Amino acid sequence: MSLIQSIDYAAIAPPLITVLTGLAILVLDLFLPPSRRPMLAWVAAAGLLGALGSMLPLRGDPRGTFCLAGGEGVRLCSYVVNDLTLIFQLLVLGGALVAVLMSANTVVEQRLPAGEFWFLLLTSAAGAATIAAARDLMTLVVALEVVSLPAFALVAMRRYDARGGEAAVKFFLVSVVSTAVMLYGISLIYGLTGSVHLASIAVSLGGTDARPAVVAVGVVLALVGLAFKVAAVPFHGWLPDTYVGAPVPVAAYLSVVSKAAGFVGFILVVSLAFAPYSHIWGPVVAVLAALTMTVGNLVALRQRQAVRLLAWSSIAQSGYVLVPLGVAVAAPPGQTGTSVGDALSASVVYLLVYAVMNLGAFAAVVAVGRSRPANRLEDYRGLVRTEPVTALSLAFFLACLAGLPPGLIGLFAKVVVFKAAVSGGLGWLAVVMAVNTVIALYYYVAWAGLLFARPDPAAPPPSYTIPGELGAALGVTLGIAIVLSIFPEIVLDVLVHQPALIG
Amino acid sequence: MSGLLVVAVFAPLAGCLLLLASPIGPRRTPDGIVRPDGGRITAGAGWPRLVGVVTTGIALAAVAIIMAGFDYGRASEMQAQTDVTWAAALDLRFHLGVDGISLPLVVLTVLLTFLCALYSTRVIPSAAGVAEVPSSAPTVAPADARPRAFIGLLLLLETGMLGTFVALDLILFFVFFETVLVPMYFLIAYWGAEGRARAAYKFILYTLLGSAVMLLGLLLIYVKTGTLDMVALAAAHGAGMSHNIQVIAFLALLIGFGVKVPMWPLHTWLPDAHTAAPTVGSVLLAGVLLKMGTYGLVRIAIPILPAGAREFAPSIGALAVIGIVYGSLACLAQSDLKRLIAYSSVGHMGFVLLGIATLTAVGINGALFANVAHGLITGLLFFLAGAIKDRHHTSAFAELGGGLYERLPRLGGVLAFAAVASLGLPGLAGFWGELLTLFGAFDPAAVLHRPYFLVLMAIGGLGTLLTAVYLLVMLRRVAMGESRPRWSAVGPGTGAASARLDVRAIEWVSWVPLVILILLAGLWPKVILAVTDPAVRTLLGAG
Repeated sequence: MSLIQSIDYAAIAPPLITVLTGLAILVLDLFLPPSRRPMLAWVAAAGLLGALGSMLPLRGDPRGTFCLAGGEGVRLCSYVVNDLTLIFQLLVLGGALVAVLMSANTVVEQRLPAGEFWFLLLTSAAGAATIAAARDLMTLVVALEVVSLPAFALVAMRRYDARGGEAAVKFFLVSVVSTAVMLYGISLIYGLTGSVHLASIAVSLGGTDARPAVVAVGVVLALVGLAFKVAAVPFHGWLPDTYVGAPVPVAAYLSVVSKAAGFVGFILVVSLAFAPYSHIWGPVVAVLAALTMTVGNLVALRQRQAVRLLAWSSIAQSGYVLVPLGVAVAAPPGQTGTSVGDALSASVVYLLVYAVMNLGAFAAVVAVGRSRPANRLEDYRGLVRTEPVTALSLAFFLACLAGLPPGLIGLFAKVVVFKAAVSGGLGWLAVVMAVNTVIALYYYVAWAGLLFARPDPAAPPPSYTIPGELGAALGVTLGIAIVLSIFPEIVLDVLVHQPALIG
Repeated sequence: MSGLLVVAVFAPLAGCLLLLASPIGPRRTPDGIVRPDGGRITAGAGWPRLVGVVTTGIALAAVAIIMAGFDYGRASEMQAQTDVTWAAALDLRFHLGVDGISLPLVVLTVLLTFLCALYSTRVIPSAAGVAEVPSSAPTVAPADARPRAFIGLLLLLETGMLGTFVALDLILFFVFFETVLVPMYFLIAYWGAEGRARAAYKFILYTLLGSAVMLLGLLLIYVKTGTLDMVALAAAHGAGMSHNIQVIAFLALLIGFGVKVPMWPLHTWLPDAHTAAPTVGSVLLAGVLLKMGTYGLVRIAIPILPAGAREFAPSIGALAVIGIVYGSLACLAQSDLKRLIAYSSVGHMGFVLLGIATLTAVGINGALFANVAHGLITGLLFFLAGAIKDRHHTSAFAELGGGLYERLPRLGGVLAFAAVASLGLPGLAGFWGELLTLFGAFDPAAVLHRPYFLVLMAIGGLGTLLTAVYLLVMLRRVAMGESRPRWSAVGPGTGAASARLDVRAIEWVSWVPLVILILLAGLWPKVILAVTDPAVRTLLGAG
């Protein structure tokens, strides 16, 4: 084995460009006069656009880098670019771009340190983009930590606000514990299989010779760690306080990009490395999914504050993402591969759609929050009269989240998940999800109804001008949501191209 | 002709979007008060009403052309079809078409919505009762009326209703079925009477729980057969699905459609929704929305899942007659005109369900006939109840007292006509549907237990008697007797205000088409039955 590796720089360009832009911003920040610092937002946006652009030449055949020559001429690569990688990188980098647009004014108005903010955001996004390509457990864990560590600091950015600090500490402690648990699980698996590469773990777990029960322990521990990252119930306690304590755009970033990173890790690990053990993790994930959506929705019912409601609703939505993965086990032996592929692609579809609609809802909440920092639901009463654009967009995103026309893409995403549950034979999970859809509808409709309600003369709805960057964030998410509602094929195509995803 | 259905379904949606996009009407200050200077008014406040009438008129015209071009000799086949791929990954196709089963309902929908749009050019409810629009142009509605939103929702509602009746793809059907919820929710929640918020919630949560379960049933069919094409599935008559799968899927669909019908005991959302809804909302709720449930049973559940249908037909029959008797008894106990009409829907839809439960051509034809007749008659009744409520600001019997004939003789006359039509007087539309469904129960499908259905028929017959009782009691309480002194300001002759007119011109325009159709369907039932019969026989297959 040669000690000097040749690195495929084109393949690693998306995270590389992102992180280099972050470093450049840190340097620029030192030399720019304070009055010019708002332009750093545009540098960050340009960097993310460049990273997104660098993905274009990567389409086509899968390519890998940082490879080892495994036995029998199989190349084991730590970093693989295939369709799945590109879809996730599009999701996290696009989501980060929208988060940048949403944050641009917040950074100025709330006097957040611009250089640090953009550097941390881009570093975290680079971590998320790396996870998408990670195909060994070490890279995966390191990338996950690269996502999380800057996020702690981002949450605590409002130095004058004690809630931010508390939220960051909570987030930090939970995250560190979950990483420790996950590492313990991973070390067990490494000890038993002798490999950290997802593909070779799968081969070795799938072998015919009996495996000690401790493998199952390792699998479950690794998944528990990941469940913390995606805030699956009962590992969700940190999430609402963290979202509320953070600046709202950061909460939006956490709810989409950071959460997606957790899900990418989850999906990669279960569908690639642990596929032969689907009979162990399948039922666990199914129960987690049912718990997550039920608890998330029930608690969301009682919320009176917009960010807290979105926090609980995002927990519930995570439950829907987990449903297809819980179904994977139900396939008869021998067909596990195709069934895991079905499950994986259904989860990917839901995650993509969730990212668009949740970012959109958060963009509207950021807009209202600028003039109503408390962001209570009551502040939205009668909003359609003063701010029809925000109000109608928010109503549309809520319809998407609820899965109700006119939010067709939300409905189609739910259909995809329902279909996975029904065809996987997990009727009970489908019924639980159906009931949850109705519970969720209650609070989404209540909120949407408030937008159109008669204003309270004592507390008139806010009236404001939307800054250009925020308007762009709202416009982009709304545009994507509407286009996807009319042409769902664009995202549902993922269901058809499963083989390319797993390869 | 193939594009006409698309025009009919999407013209109202286009109108809705046009209203949404146009910066019309006075811009309001945050507290909802129209600015003294009027803000930016770019068009008259009559513009939304015009859009409403024009787009529903386009839908009506398109359906009229479809009716004219409809090949009645091939009523069992889908006509005026549009079929394009929407999302291949889900096998989802944008497939529309009409046959003999859907055509009467499509006509009913476009007609009722058009009449509602016409009616709304003059009467738009505000939250505090009805805001009458003075006939002198340019009209300015009260701050609460929000005609743009009202008409927009009405148009969105029409798209959903029409789409439900012409969709031939299971998921597309579901999308349209759900589209109806949002506008109806807002119509009740914003323009409704007292108790509107609760009623609107009850409506949307009940129907959504039903439709979530229904979606599971639809997906079960899809997963087992691999197609969403309703025509192909109906032709297959359950091939490819085991008995158990059919039973489970049928149960899921039955719950979903049963909530909408509403089938006893899933009906409890209905009286509240009807009582709280504005007049136009009640008319469309009773006239069209309830039909979506029975249509779904006839179009999807019975032909696609015949084994499930056989298994559940006795239960549906039993729930149907319970609904008939319960609805009638509940009507006797009501103290409010709108609530009484709402409960009468439970009874009438019971007859429709009984007809469906017989699984015979006669019964299902009767059910489809009763469906349309109920839409016409109850639509008219709700128009009348709304008119009475507008004039008296109450619809409680105790407050109304009697004497409607004395006070408002023409209105009273139309009310009497609608009431006797509803109780099934021969010669009017209500008669044939009930007769045919009872006939169907007299001789149910061979697989069903005949004596059991004879019992159901007997109880249903008793129900027709009770129906007559409560409607006549209602007429006696509202229309006959002395008029109370407090209503001396209501009625013609004592002033010039429009509230004192008997039946106004706009009301004649909206009601007369319904009266004519009730007479037509009553005197010449073949006009509907000739269209539905071939399609029903095809749906039931050889057996």
